[in-house]
Amino acid sequence: MFLDYTLRIGGEAGQGLQTIGGALAKIFSRTGYHVFTHQDYMSMVRGGHNFYQIRFSDQKVSAYRDMVDILLALDLNTIEIHKKSVRDDGFVLYDSETIKKKFEGPEFIDVPFKKIALDVGKSSIMANTVATGAVLGLFDLGLERLKEILKSAFKKKGAEIIEKNIACAKAGYDYVLSNCPRCEAVEIREPEEKKLMLIDGIQAIGMGALMSGCKFYSAYPMTPSTGILNYLASKAEEFGLVVEQAEDEISAINMAIGASFAGVRAMTGSSGGGFALMVEGLSLAGITETPIVIAEIQRPGPATGLPTRTEQADLLFILYAGHGEFPKVVFEPGTPEQAFYLTNRAFELAEKYQIPVFIQSDQYLGDTEWTFENFDVEHLIYNDYRLREKDLEGVEEYKRYKYSDTGISLLAVPGESGKHLVVADSDEHDEEGHIIEDAETRIKMVRKRLLKKMPLIKKEIEAPLLYGDPSPEIVLVGHGSTYGVMKEVVDILSKDRKIAMMHFSQIYPLSERDRFDYIELLEKAKLAISIENNAMGQFAKLIRAETGFEFTHQILKYDGRPFTIENLKEEVDAYL
Amino acid sequence: MPTSEDYKGQVPAWCPGCGNFQILSTIKQALVELGIEPWEVLLVSGIGQSGKLPHYMKCHTFNGLHGRTLPVATAAKLANHPLHVIAVAGDGDCYGEGGNHFLHAIRKNPNITLFVHDNQIYGLTKGQASPTTARGTHTKIQPYGVPSEPLNPLAMAISLDCSFVARGFAGNQEHLKELMKAAITHKGFSLLDILQPCVTFNKVNTFKWYRDRVYKLEEEYDPYNRVKAFERSLEWGDKIPNGIFYKNDKETLEEMVPTIRKEPLVRQKFSIEAVKHEIEKFY
Ligand SMILES: Cc1ncc(C[n+]2csc(CCOP(=O)(O)OP(=O)(O)O)c2C)c(N)n1
Ligand code: SF4
Ligand SMILES: [Mg+2]
Repeated sequence: MFLDYTLRIGGEAGQGLQTIGGALAKIFSRTGYHVFTHQDYMSMVRGGHNFYQIRFSDQKVSAYRDMVDILLALDLNTIEIHKKSVRDDGFVLYDSETIKKKFEGPEFIDVPFKKIALDVGKSSIMANTVATGAVLGLFDLGLERLKEILKSAFKKKGAEIIEKNIACAKAGYDYVLSNCPRCEAVEIREPEEKKLMLIDGIQAIGMGALMSGCKFYSAYPMTPSTGILNYLASKAEEFGLVVEQAEDEISAINMAIGASFAGVRAMTGSSGGGFALMVEGLSLAGITETPIVIAEIQRPGPATGLPTRTEQADLLFILYAGHGEFPKVVFEPGTPEQAFYLTNRAFELAEKYQIPVFIQSDQYLGDTEWTFENFDVEHLIYNDYRLREKDLEGVEEYKRYKYSDTGISLLAVPGESGKHLVVADSDEHDEEGHIIEDAETRIKMVRKRLLKKMPLIKKEIEAPLLYGDPSPEIVLVGHGSTYGVMKEVVDILSKDRKIAMMHFSQIYPLSERDRFDYIELLEKAKLAISIENNAMGQFAKLIRAETGFEFTHQILKYDGRPFTIENLKEEVDAYL
Repeated sequence: MPTSEDYKGQVPAWCPGCGNFQILSTIKQALVELGIEPWEVLLVSGIGQSGKLPHYMKCHTFNGLHGRTLPVATAAKLANHPLHVIAVAGDGDCYGEGGNHFLHAIRKNPNITLFVHDNQIYGLTKGQASPTTARGTHTKIQPYGVPSEPLNPLAMAISLDCSFVARGFAGNQEHLKELMKAAITHKGFSLLDILQPCVTFNKVNTFKWYRDRVYKLEEEYDPYNRVKAFERSLEWGDKIPNGIFYKNDKETLEEMVPTIRKEPLVRQKFSIEAVKHEIEKFY
């Protein structure tokens, strides 16, 4: 058996769940455990019920479980809601004085968080530090790493506050050590490799953009996409980016287009509702052949829907967004690592083909943190396809939309290209970029920007990933954020079945089938199940429209929550 | 030095007698007199009769969507600020469809110039009411008369503390040229609302109608007095003042963004070496 613990921290918004959870997740990843964290929060700043869950293991973990080993309850509600999810040999850490209720039973460990904070730190604010120390005490993991974290977190507040927090952490730690005889049974091995990186999907997209030479990001805040705006804004001054909070999403996408036209790599991002406002702008990028990258981080709709929860229901909307016909590419990463590399690839394709490219994701992947040994920057691509100064020296007459075999015309930077003029138009236009209406030019332009580019773009798309049995009888098919949970379910079921996962992270256009005929593989399988976080089976519809393959079995979840290992396995089992 | 010929573009497809012709030739003259070369100018337009203007000129052009000139122009300026960025828009385009962008571009104060071809009507779509059409005007859609109050772009801009606010008239080309030059050279967001007769669809606000009413703000008028400027911007009817109503020399958006203080964004080379250590922050 490998080590696999789940810790759930529950409480109200504003109680500091993120601080405790964030610190513990970092401690585990720095110790070398593989970590997977997941947040479940309501759309409120105070009150309600939220939880932060950390799964840590000495093996790779990529999904979350329903059942928990340790519940850290900051309020009574947490115990009432989550008690049933605690394993028989699990623990509930709480402070009976704070929640004004005492629980009997071997799993309950009553730690006076608040009283210790007052006694040792002279302030009840430090109760969370006591609680964090108490969790570590349960595993007897030592306090060194927590000390590091406290030192950097309270650097600005001075040495005294740091000392008090450290003392509080130690008091919480010691209290559990000496008051929990059952905890001695908790066996925990220190892992071999040391220090893993801990990153969530949103940060991976942000860092991917930064490391792809994105120079301009404009957006209007909208959960769950706001993290990209936060990340890039925090790097703007140091690395030379301009990050603009636009007055609305219409402005955000038009700004990204304006910046890109003016010569820099540009990106915008939103969630479904905000992206709905961007749709005319998307079409503008299409006809003006302006490269842009758009992050669409989905949450459940329609309209405001469930702002802080997850769903994969914008897939067909994104695919068909924009009036008129123009090429686009849609990526939907399954892990933060894929999010990082696909964001890079999105910029490469956007710039190379002068098209809009999407990074489609959702609240679930956006907010879940995963551990990795490293992201290798050597694998990043950066080609500057824009022409400046010397690049245009030999060019006699520059035409922004000059016809070519590939459909790609030279992209010059206005003002940086000598006397050459760059003219772009949202009206149908001629090679120079001036407005036209004649049928002949129209046909040529449609061929240039759409029909010639599309086959070349399709060649760039990679085949889906097959994980598990190479000639499976059962195939779980999914896209984007269901990667982790499908993978773990395949791991469990592969012990006695020929089963595999087929995961699509490059979802539009679909890859060519000459290198890997994934449809043939599905046809040969006894059972192919499409798994999606939506009610209509949108990806299955796409596969059918593009390839004719029809799924006979689907597992769809549309309660605004991600699949857990237990519930996906149960649903798959029902088909076996 | 550039000449008017350098700026010559396609033959305009406007109605004969349209006020846009004067605006077009005056922009060219203003740029020529300022010694600005075509490759130093980016004209951003939307959709409407004014939106076509860049095609009748020769310079860098982004003819985008109806109403969306200002976001494109603002971002282009942030990315490539050595360019003179001039947005040309219609009254429907800028005060209606793009009204929100108008408010916020003024607040952001990028160093760009906005010329609004204000013909108090929707020209391209054949004569519907625009945000500046007078209340009570009869149109096909409002046969009982336009029910809304007209929007006063100057008063609105002054109330938002816009860096430069002026009004000109297409029929007074000499004065218009001076206003255009002042707007282009002003550092900060410059609004120049241009009274532009639409000879086909606006039978009320004709050349004669404007000529009978417009007059220049007095020599001694002080454009730095905001309250006075607001008061004068409310004058409309028998007498319509033209000139520079208001100025406030304040920091521009580009000056507020530290990233581009030293070098334009477009010239800052990307190197993976400089950023790759960011990964370490996640350990
Ligand atoms: C999103 C969108 N809505 C509507 C239109 C149709 N349309 C084009 S121009 C215009 C109004 C033009 O009026 P104005 O902006 O005053 O320009 P003018 O033609 O008078 O110069 C309209 C409604 C459009 N092109 N795009
Ligand atoms: S419709 Fe009016 S604004 Fe348009 S070109 Fe004709 S006269 Fe000018
Ligand atoms: Mg008009």
